[in-house]
Amino acid sequence: MTEVLTRVLEGVTNGAAREGAAAAESVQKVVRARPGLAPDADADAQLHPAAKPPAAVEVVAGDGPAGQGVGNEAAQAIVLELAGVSLSFGGVAALSEVDLSVRRGEILAIIGPNGAGKSSILNIVSGVYRADRGHVRLKGQRYAQVPTQALADLGIARTFQNLALFPGLSVLDNVVAGRAHRARSSFVEQIAGFGRARRERLDARARAIDVIDFLQLSALAERPAGTLPYGLQKRVELARALVAEPEILLLDEPMAGMTASEKAEMAGFVTAARDRFGTTVVLIEHDIGVVMSLSDRVAVLDHGRNIALGTPAEVQRDPRVIDAYLGVAVEDDEDVARGEGL
Amino acid sequence: MDGFDGLFFLEVLAGGLLSGVMYALVAIGFVLIYKTSGVLNFAQGAMLLFAALTFVSLTERGLSFPLAFAITFSIMVALGIAIERTVLRPLTNRPPITLFMATLGLSYVIEGAAQLIWGTQVHGLDLGIEDVPFDVGGVFISQFDLFAAAVAATLVAVLSVFFRYTRIGLGFRAVADDPFAALAVGLRLPFIWATVWAAAGLVALVAGLLWGARVGVQFSLSLVVLKALPVLVLGGFDSIPGAIVGGLLIGAAEKLAEVYLGDYVGGGIESWFAYVLALVVLLVRPSGLFGQKRVERV
Amino acid sequence: MTAFATDLVPEIRPARGLPGWALPVATLAVAYLAVPLLATNYLFEAILLPFLALSLAGVGLNILTGYAGQVSLGSAAFMAVGAYAAYNVHLRVEGLPLIGSIVAAGLSAAAIGLAFGLPSLRLKGFYLAVSTLAAQFFVQWALTKFSWFSNDSASGVIDAPPLQIAGFAVDGPVGRYLFALTVVAVLTFLSHRLVISQTGRNFIAVRDNETAARIIGVPVLKTKLLAFAVSSFIIGIAGVLWAFAYLRTVEPAGFNLDRSFQILFIVIIGGLATIRGAFFGAALIVVFPLVLSRFGSLVLGDVFDSGVLDMSQRIVLGALIILFLVLEPDGLAALSDRLRRRIATGLRRG
Repeated sequence: MTEVLTRVLEGVTNGAAREGAAAAESVQKVVRARPGLAPDADADAQLHPAAKPPAAVEVVAGDGPAGQGVGNEAAQAIVLELAGVSLSFGGVAALSEVDLSVRRGEILAIIGPNGAGKSSILNIVSGVYRADRGHVRLKGQRYAQVPTQALADLGIARTFQNLALFPGLSVLDNVVAGRAHRARSSFVEQIAGFGRARRERLDARARAIDVIDFLQLSALAERPAGTLPYGLQKRVELARALVAEPEILLLDEPMAGMTASEKAEMAGFVTAARDRFGTTVVLIEHDIGVVMSLSDRVAVLDHGRNIALGTPAEVQRDPRVIDAYLGVAVEDDEDVARGEGL
Repeated sequence: MDGFDGLFFLEVLAGGLLSGVMYALVAIGFVLIYKTSGVLNFAQGAMLLFAALTFVSLTERGLSFPLAFAITFSIMVALGIAIERTVLRPLTNRPPITLFMATLGLSYVIEGAAQLIWGTQVHGLDLGIEDVPFDVGGVFISQFDLFAAAVAATLVAVLSVFFRYTRIGLGFRAVADDPFAALAVGLRLPFIWATVWAAAGLVALVAGLLWGARVGVQFSLSLVVLKALPVLVLGGFDSIPGAIVGGLLIGAAEKLAEVYLGDYVGGGIESWFAYVLALVVLLVRPSGLFGQKRVERV
Repeated sequence: MTAFATDLVPEIRPARGLPGWALPVATLAVAYLAVPLLATNYLFEAILLPFLALSLAGVGLNILTGYAGQVSLGSAAFMAVGAYAAYNVHLRVEGLPLIGSIVAAGLSAAAIGLAFGLPSLRLKGFYLAVSTLAAQFFVQWALTKFSWFSNDSASGVIDAPPLQIAGFAVDGPVGRYLFALTVVAVLTFLSHRLVISQTGRNFIAVRDNETAARIIGVPVLKTKLLAFAVSSFIIGIAGVLWAFAYLRTVEPAGFNLDRSFQILFIVIIGGLATIRGAFFGAALIVVFPLVLSRFGSLVLGDVFDSGVLDMSQRIVLGALIILFLVLEPDGLAALSDRLRRRIATGLRRG
């Protein structure tokens, strides 16, 4: 547990003080923008990164692909943190005392056996579930339950384990819908169709087309999303999340049920998206091969506990991880992956 | 209305509870089908009309009560199985609301057919129970209502025993819990569905006879479905105890409201009072008093 | 499942030839210019006027049920609110032009719709569908019970005032037809604009996946209430057409549950989430009883009295609903699209 904690703290370095100020500023912005949202009374929350002592940085300097494509300093800033989060369903613990911090611009993978609580983490961060204990720290605010309605405005977008597209809309409209949180015009203005409504419509459309091009979906833009094959629907969902220009992108098994080549393609898109938009990515994935090559850091969950966190190489060496999960799972998982792809 | 008349209040309450039993009886037919196939069967009212009309027409042609009952029951079973085959099976895996609309269409077909076959005139139905008030410690209670309540209670008891202690009953509960798991362990779903539709047919027949004896066998009989819907909303679509408690609550509240509030708003409020009551309860408990609350999975 | 490369997925070729506005404009041209010259009084009174009113109601319900996915069984109540509100505003506000009464009627229906839409914030599916019945029964009861609404007439019957637009009387069948047609055309156009806008996209998002919609920042509660309000506004004005242009004399009992179901059937048969579907569905619902009665008396002769006709209508209507749900869940609109594509391909080949 102490090791996990030190690793959680690893992200905090000298640059953190500046980040703390920035976080405080963004809190004020959020508060100003949404008067209904009470700011956290805890002043410590706003200055949190600076309040923690700097810790060892050997992981960042380690042998993983950490920090690729991002400035080193930016890589240290923590953009999302779970602190002591516990969650249970009808007495069955899904998460217990999970601590996790996510650094700006990294790709963090969460792995673990089925039922380890991986999806629960994303559901807590996106406010679908409320933490029984502990909180999520986001933009300097502490939340027991993240307000789902404000999630997009908080800079978070996500995809779902089971597809959550709007099957009745075209691919283009699905992606345009990803800009819903930016719409300020009333429905009367939209019916009239000029001024602010027109600008919003054209802007959303242009951005959607841009993301669709980026993910090589242009040929399918007019197709109803529900008629696409599974793998492509996953990609449309990624597009819908990206078009919101999120600071943090949560991907729940973006490659589940794909063949090896489809997975490689998707992994390429995830990396490219990070590099192009500077997005921080938190993803859940079963395929250890993909995880090891794609992510900067890996968090390992077992029975609702975060048992390890580090670079892929470190995690692979961690005896507890090997005991709990990897030792037997690596080969199994590849078999499963091959089977699923067929 | 000077002063509060305790006896009168009790009389109204008892009358309300007893008509609540009648509501519950109709509602149970819905619950049986909803639990196994997830369909809100709007045609339950039409089935009730069909059963009552068939029974009455048979007795009017000189058949004895037991024979008419047996024949009508067989027809209801056949009807239930036919509905399952021709309407619900082709719509498997479609959204629940589509199935609901299909049963809406079905209710039109059954209502039309019932009256095309047996005619549209009003039939009286005499079950041999005299509807004379019955004195219980100064409170007058309708004898017919008591009889209806007893029949309903018996029916519920029979159904409970059937579903608790027979193989089919166990299958029914397995299907209600998880149709896929039930399928996986080799339960024959079509057989169970057919049984459930047959049971719903029986409930429709009994409810049809009781309601028919009270208000006459005619088209408006199918409208008792509208009395059962708020009961279902209140009790939860998937709970038989909910249907019973909901029925009693709505029956009692409706009568009390009609008597004590009706004067202030001009009377006739029973057409909507049950719905408003159910809505108010739902705002507090969105899945009804007894319905299962489901965790949203994403 | 395995096809992932985009080139494996066949593209739908954009329809070549006529632009999208061509067909509606052509239809309107025929409706405004040819129909008044050709149609008989019977056609106006028995077919075209109910068709227009019901089409508009279908468009309104489709916004709520087809686009926003909230099933309502109380549409007739909002028609009634519209009709009675227009009647009262016209009666009690001196010198207000007809258009003012119509807008006031729409707004009244929207307000009532908003109130009865509130349960949608907490209820879903069947629970919501059943709760909309509260609107149906409550409104019908209130209009019958409180004679103020019908200016103290017996059992709530109201007579439509003489229709005047800019000083011109439009009381004849042709006049009322053109009046209804104009109202329907304008509201249909606005509805079309709405459903292709961001708000329309929000409706569909809420319908298809409420959780996902909330997470991408669609204001779900506001969107649902807006759907109820807009839908009721349109259905309310359809009620004005029903009372003022078509029947001229209406009573609350005319806006009963059967009418609500009729509008729901129009939407299902025509096609959920299509504007033009409402017109197809309404055409079928209005025309088919007439065809059935002609056909019935032709084939069965005297046996086919009004009672038999009534029952056969119910049976055929119910069967049609089931057939459409099983065989053509996207309704007549999808059927007509397929037909048009087939004709287009045939023409190109030919």
